Amino acid sequence: MRRTSLYDRHAAAGARLIEFGGWEMPVQYKGILEEHRAVRQAAGLFDLSHMGELFVAGPGAVAALAYALVSDPGRLAVGRAQYSLICAPDGGLIDDLIVYRLAEERFLVVPNAGNREAVTDAVRERLAGFEAQLDDASLRTALLAVQGPHAQGIVAPLIDADLGALRYYGITPARAAGTDALVARTGYTGEDGFELFVPWDAAPALWDRLMEAGRGAGLVPVGLGARDTLRLEAGMPLYGNELDWTVNPFEAGLGRVVRLDKAGDFVGRSALEAALARPLSRTLVGLVLRERGVARHGYPVFAPAAAASPTGVVTSGTVSPTLGVPIAMAYVPPDASAVGTMEAVAIRDGRVAAEVVALPFYSRPR
Amino acid sequence: MDVPDGLRYTDDHEWLRVEGDAGVVGITGYAADQLGDVVFVELPAVGARFERGRTFGVVESVKAVSDLFAPVAGEVLEVNPALADQPELVNAEPYGAGWMVRLRLSDPAQADALKDAVAYREMTKAG
Repeated sequence: MRRTSLYDRHAAAGARLIEFGGWEMPVQYKGILEEHRAVRQAAGLFDLSHMGELFVAGPGAVAALAYALVSDPGRLAVGRAQYSLICAPDGGLIDDLIVYRLAEERFLVVPNAGNREAVTDAVRERLAGFEAQLDDASLRTALLAVQGPHAQGIVAPLIDADLGALRYYGITPARAAGTDALVARTGYTGEDGFELFVPWDAAPALWDRLMEAGRGAGLVPVGLGARDTLRLEAGMPLYGNELDWTVNPFEAGLGRVVRLDKAGDFVGRSALEAALARPLSRTLVGLVLRERGVARHGYPVFAPAAAASPTGVVTSGTVSPTLGVPIAMAYVPPDASAVGTMEAVAIRDGRVAAEVVALPFYSRPR
Repeated sequence: MDVPDGLRYTDDHEWLRVEGDAGVVGITGYAADQLGDVVFVELPAVGARFERGRTFGVVESVKAVSDLFAPVAGEVLEVNPALADQPELVNAEPYGAGWMVRLRLSDPAQADALKDAVAYREMTKAG
């Protein structure tokens, strides 16, 4: 198992560590609920150094990425980011990722830790024939995130760029506590916040500076446990739960990401066009349980509740720390996916009533 | 981790406090800490009967689902009504307000087969 350069910080903070995507990562420090609430009400500091960082550069970078991904990175202005997907030729989802345009001919692609190698292999293969080079910087790039309503106040004093001018899904190079950084206004929590890409060995000092800067503002270190509950409340999919090789983007509600209108071929285009032409066989919905229980990944769903046998499945579920009710995401038949439809989740020996609600479950106050 | 004297403990981390021919059951502070924040407790109906070692309920934390095993055979006399709305009591006071069920013991002698506090402390120290 790999360890990030912040391992000693996690151990010193009393983190409980688990294996995640080949990495030994903190799942919690003080407790998932406390960390979750800190991010909603103040701020949380995350070590995301396990995630991948692939730099794609060259005169053909735009064309290469337009071919490799389902989105259209050529539409990005320099300093902007987009959520994207990388599909196999059969339309199967290899991963979801964020693409940042750092310069006219230079991009940063950030895949999930567990899919880093699959994405790197696919991108490398797809770059052949384009004037573009791939640099997998994952193991020499650390990633720290500060998320929550107090994030800007904590991060800004350590950065020599104007964070107030950095819009959501923007990225800028900057000096951060004495090191070169890329600072992005992105995240996976449903809150305002920043992600800081820095050299591997610079992360511990930056971590300490951020913790110090956030002491009076309620900043706490946050593990993967709360990261999962935060993203679930925000209705964001997680690869391995909502997304996998068998899911197509339209079923996952990500059709907007697929730019079938872009010029030229891209990997998965014909399969995705065919998928779009067919009626959907399932669609991702949000559920709120109306009786007691916790819906978990893999639990069958009777959709609608009167169905004779299970017709759907839960992809993620928890008790929402913010809302105080059990929430879940699930794939259900499209004709049982309208908001207000009553379903039933099979939990052990019983059936628990659940209602389809609009996603996200939680939106931050603006 | 707090392991009160005078209680009996199972290898599955339940505790039993014998009160005459009845007994109160909960999970240990060690178990609650390992589970993390408890968000849901499913308990049996009053009157339900369980053999020793049988599943009598479920405790769920944010990340994990765990069965509750009856430390001894018995009939449920009472369940902790507070846990429906305050499952966090299991973390806050595992040996107090976080108790789960009160049983009429079928055979009070079964309690003697369970670990005492010294043995349970030893087990969780090693684990």
